[in-house]
Amino acid sequence: MSAGPLDPKTAPAFPMAAKAAMEDSQLRRNVRHATDVIQAKRARVIDEMSDWQALRETGKQIRQHTMRHLDFYLEQFEANCTRAGGVVHWARDAAEARRIVVSLVKASGSDEVIKIKSMTTEEIQLNPALEAAGIHPYETDLAELIIQLGQDQPSHIVVPALHKNRQQIREIFQRTMHLPELGDQPQDLADAARMFLREKFLRVKTGVSGANFLIAETGGVCVVESEGNGRMCLTLPETLITIAGIDKVLPRYQDLEVMLQLLPRSATGERMNPYNSIWTGVDPADGPRVFHIVLMDNARTEILADEEARQTLHCIRCGACQNACPVYRQTGGHAYGSVYAGPIGAILTPQLQEMHHAQSLPYASSLCGACYEVCPVKINIPEVLIHLRNKVVLQNTSGIAGLLDVEAAAMKTMAAIFRSERRFRAAQRLGRIAETPLVRKDEQGLGWISWLPGMLGGWSQTRDLKEMPKETFRDWWEKRSGHDN
Amino acid sequence: MRVSLFITCYNDTLFPSTGKSVVRVLERLGHTVDFPPGQTCCGQMHWNTGYQAEALPLLQRFVDQFRGAEVVVIPSSSCVAMMRDHYPKMAAEIDDAQLTADVEALLPKVFEFSEFLTKRLGLEDVGACYPHRVTYHASCHGLRSLSLGDGPLRLLKAVRGIDLVELDRVEQCCGFGGTFAIKNAAVSSAMLEEKISAVLDSRADTCTACDNSCLMHIQGALHRQRTGVKTLHLAEILAADEEAQP
Repeated sequence: MSAGPLDPKTAPAFPMAAKAAMEDSQLRRNVRHATDVIQAKRARVIDEMSDWQALRETGKQIRQHTMRHLDFYLEQFEANCTRAGGVVHWARDAAEARRIVVSLVKASGSDEVIKIKSMTTEEIQLNPALEAAGIHPYETDLAELIIQLGQDQPSHIVVPALHKNRQQIREIFQRTMHLPELGDQPQDLADAARMFLREKFLRVKTGVSGANFLIAETGGVCVVESEGNGRMCLTLPETLITIAGIDKVLPRYQDLEVMLQLLPRSATGERMNPYNSIWTGVDPADGPRVFHIVLMDNARTEILADEEARQTLHCIRCGACQNACPVYRQTGGHAYGSVYAGPIGAILTPQLQEMHHAQSLPYASSLCGACYEVCPVKINIPEVLIHLRNKVVLQNTSGIAGLLDVEAAAMKTMAAIFRSERRFRAAQRLGRIAETPLVRKDEQGLGWISWLPGMLGGWSQTRDLKEMPKETFRDWWEKRSGHDN
Repeated sequence: MRVSLFITCYNDTLFPSTGKSVVRVLERLGHTVDFPPGQTCCGQMHWNTGYQAEALPLLQRFVDQFRGAEVVVIPSSSCVAMMRDHYPKMAAEIDDAQLTADVEALLPKVFEFSEFLTKRLGLEDVGACYPHRVTYHASCHGLRSLSLGDGPLRLLKAVRGIDLVELDRVEQCCGFGGTFAIKNAAVSSAMLEEKISAVLDSRADTCTACDNSCLMHIQGALHRQRTGVKTLHLAEILAADEEAQP
């Protein structure tokens, strides 16, 4: 369980947080099980699509085009949404977005809000801000409700309570809903949540949501979900306030044809989401009377300006990269210190912090490429990770402190060695001499190293290293060819 | 065919027997092997760790060494992936038209060792004999960047005497990831532990791959845990015959 809100500004570096997370064997079992189940479902529904790769490419093209003309589509969205009776607000950063939402809720005359699962509101830590203003937020997505009642934090973009199993959820419900007799079957837990939430849906007059897509052509907003609780929040309240990152826009209504195939199959392994809600402004005959939408930047234009990292904004928040990631599989989401965990979090979080925090996240990957392989809009996450690593290195090696950076010194020395055949040969000889004191013979009389000094010690905690052979390949080759250098 | 061998820095230093095996297989197939002596490193470690400025000269060096080659064979899937995935972009970054043109001309001639055998030469049986129970680890770069597919497995199936067994979760990373294994040692070790379990479950006595960096990692834990299972680069299995066993 994670105590305060996940905040990249104060979170420990990933290697430390990961080590701590991995001590929780229950959490690791839960994460492994859940990601295995979702991955298997995803694989089934993707195997049945003969044009999946073409669909991914189309998805990528749509997102690429949108980002190239984002200014145009945002203004088009604003004009069309306004025409349909929505009120559009612009927020430069998280603080401004929070201020706008709090004042809109107050203006609606309610001191409670019902919320749809929204990672954007998690990103800006909206709930603490609402509470500080005397407004009580009720999370209505089942998983978010579990998180809220358990005073926990989301660990996955799509399945925020993925790190909890049924028994743990029952315990939270028993304790917070005062239901000592509650069973642990899915039906029992869903019934308890339904009873708890139904009353809120009927009572609370103001709703807060995120958005999956904003449609520039119509000014419409789209939210997809599995439970129908989102539909309740979108239709029952008198006032609806939606918060969306400016990256959520799509040019045309027709683009949903592609996105609503890519998203559910990638996210939950479903052919279609059970609930697809699309609304455009307000309708006097139905739904909320007042609709506000807050379009938030919060460092997104900075990302847009970086040509190599721009593809980060193509993300449609399906979470497939998290399920596929062998690192996430071991650590779960909290170790990333951000509501955006896993591979997408490793590239998105440091950029949302404008590279001032979370610099360890671009290194939280073995660059295995499983994320890129499953991404429905073909974000080349490994490429962006490497690009961000370069930014971190440039930060660390600038100025006086850079001269003292041990890793940088080692890397620069190695680079100088590789630039010369003579130096490379000398380093190979020197390596054999340097390792000699560390080499021990094993039972078969072969030399192995089981302890390494300094930062190399991470290797030897669980792994041996064979001693260097007496002869390099190039020495052998030269001898064999009968001439020396 | 005249095959220019890029051995890679770590194979040269730590796994010379892999290089010798590549030479043995290629010569057995009737090809001539050439070894440009000025070669060192492809730049993968620097590039992937974020030291872009340090990696760029190594691209130039590789191109200079192999410019006139008929084909370049490299017994390391991650180094080939480094070249295919990043060299064009690096050349563009250096903004040198000649270098960009050289890279464009050279890359189609660059092959990972198993890929050279299966895709360029169209071979499966290279006359090898290795009477052991073997399992194959599909290194991430071979699997995803090079799309080696079942090429290495087809080569292995044709080896006489071999008992080839499937590795569970074969597509899963072993946790090496270069400097990742050190920077994130705990996570890397946990990933490796899953791989080791799969290797042991296969009851193979040899784990093979097209990349010694993964194998060095897997071997590190197999030896630490005294499992008795050994690791061997694919080239060393394909080089084995009735006369010489590794």
